[in-house]
Amino acid sequence: MEQEVVKKKKFDFKEFCKKAWYFICQFFYKNRYFFKRLGFALVTILFAIMLTFLVLTLTPNNAIDEYAQYLVDTRRIPIEEARVLAVQILGYDPNENVFIQLFRYIGNLFQGNLGSSLRFPGVTANSVIAQFLPYTLFISSIALFISFFLGIFMGSNMVWKRNKIKETAITSYIVVSSAIPDYLWGLILLFIFGCSLGWFPLTGARDPTNGLPVFIDLLWHACLPIISLVIVQTASWALMMRGSSVAILGEDYINAARARGLPNKIIVKKYLRRNALLPLITSIAISFAQLFGGSTLIESIFNYPGLGLQLSYYIGARDYFVVVGILFFTSFIIIIANLIADSLYSIIDPRVRRDA
Amino acid sequence: MDNQITISKKRDNWIIRTLKSIGNFFKLACKNKKALAGFIIMAFFLFMVIVLVWVFPYDPTPDPLNIFAAPSAEHWFGTDELGRDLFRRMIAGSPSIISIAFLTGLFTVVFGVVIGMVAGLVGGIVDRFLNFCTNLFLTVPSFPIMLALAQILTITDTTLFALLLSIWGWAGLARAVRAQVISIKERDYIQICKVMNMSKAHIIFKELMPNIASYIIVNFIMIMRNAITSSVGIMMLGVVAYDHTNWGAMLNSAQAYIQNPNAIMFWLTPVMFIVLFQTGVILLSNGLDEVLNPRLREF
Repeated sequence: MEQEVVKKKKFDFKEFCKKAWYFICQFFYKNRYFFKRLGFALVTILFAIMLTFLVLTLTPNNAIDEYAQYLVDTRRIPIEEARVLAVQILGYDPNENVFIQLFRYIGNLFQGNLGSSLRFPGVTANSVIAQFLPYTLFISSIALFISFFLGIFMGSNMVWKRNKIKETAITSYIVVSSAIPDYLWGLILLFIFGCSLGWFPLTGARDPTNGLPVFIDLLWHACLPIISLVIVQTASWALMMRGSSVAILGEDYINAARARGLPNKIIVKKYLRRNALLPLITSIAISFAQLFGGSTLIESIFNYPGLGLQLSYYIGARDYFVVVGILFFTSFIIIIANLIADSLYSIIDPRVRRDA
Repeated sequence: MDNQITISKKRDNWIIRTLKSIGNFFKLACKNKKALAGFIIMAFFLFMVIVLVWVFPYDPTPDPLNIFAAPSAEHWFGTDELGRDLFRRMIAGSPSIISIAFLTGLFTVVFGVVIGMVAGLVGGIVDRFLNFCTNLFLTVPSFPIMLALAQILTITDTTLFALLLSIWGWAGLARAVRAQVISIKERDYIQICKVMNMSKAHIIFKELMPNIASYIIVNFIMIMRNAITSSVGIMMLGVVAYDHTNWGAMLNSAQAYIQNPNAIMFWLTPVMFIVLFQTGVILLSNGLDEVLNPRLREF
């Protein structure tokens, strides 16, 4: 009797294949919405590259001529020869068909090269991103973190408390902070705290001469940019939170909690805020992704060496391959973050399963 | 007979009807304090563009005796780094700024509403295609591309600049309009119109449009605000060729003098004007939202 059970089952290849196939089919079928989204995301990325590339390279550009002139001046060779040499060195020929250039660019992307500079041989979009992205991420992620928490706190308090003074204070804060764009806040803060009071440095991200520890020095330089970003972003988070809190406020479970006599603090904390946070997950993911592009204007006001300032510099120099590379990097991250946020959202909130 | 007379009395000329509806709109809007304040501020800017440009003509010749003069009766807001009057310089720059804002709002609303409506009404493959385009424009970061294009086209023409700003700005509005159209399309009154075999034009302009009109007006105003923010920002970076009276260009040159305590009016003046304009726009749009939005309207 026992021997029959122990008897080993013979490995059946056909059976195994069948099962495996069944398993794979089931896996794809179960996650079909995810794969559909993934496909869409990839197509969007492709079109995003084409859009930015075509818009920027179809425009007149005299990089080759300038470099050829430079070669003529330095090596004393005839202009035709210098032109051919310049095309070879820079790997870019303006007379070539745009679509061939585009395919070559996409081929380079698969090798991990986001685009090399036309003005400065050796500089690539990769090196620019690697060098300047950390600064951008440093200021903007801290700003996002602070403003998100302040914003959700304000927004949920705004709907709950019918305290007249607090409500008017928050509303007027929102109107004032959204009336002034973030770069003007930057200018005003720079004048008050940088120039008049002299509490904060005026430019740059680091100053090795002042003898402070590195991290504190970085934070000290980043203070004003962070504050000016926070002032503006908090208002938009508060408005968003208010919108979703108002929708939650009418739900039955809030009334039930009130009827049970729960203290206001607990209702706001556990019932209102947590549920109202759900729709904000997508927006925080996208805002986080947008940080990778840098905030050009803020960085230019404070002369902060972030990616946004570099982007505007390379745009100013008409060095479009680097620009396309940085823009591709940013839109790639935005698309991926969108994908992750959408997928996460259906896991976190079961009410919106599938592609709602 | 009596009945016929009343009907013919009701049917006014269309000009009178539109005037009446505009009058009603203003009556409603003036009851709201925010909207009224917004209207007054916007009227001031309109006055500045139309009248003050002629009253206070700008003289670009430098005046070395008056560099960074303090505000006085002669120079209301002081003078700039070459001794030119700041108030006059601001006024000289205002027509281009205001017209860029207005035209951007107009173009963006037209693009957004047309694309959103077509996507929502037609559905099927057209909807998918338009939705894809919308997503594409939302993912590519708009500010750097606008900056690059503004530099390539060497903007001097306000219409071109407005078109440029709106090409990268319609996507959000189109998506919202599409969502609204789809939700309204299934309501009973639209279905009844379809059953009664009413024309498409009637359904779109008489049934759909009034429902989303308030939303479009509020959005138009907010787009104007964003247009000011981004056009001044682009000018301020200083990579674009510009007219030196532009507010952004003023901010760009004023940035160099921020450490000079005498030059405080130089950068504060454009900041004040921009903030005043933005406040007006925000008040107007909040007020109109309260007036026009049926869910917020108080009776």
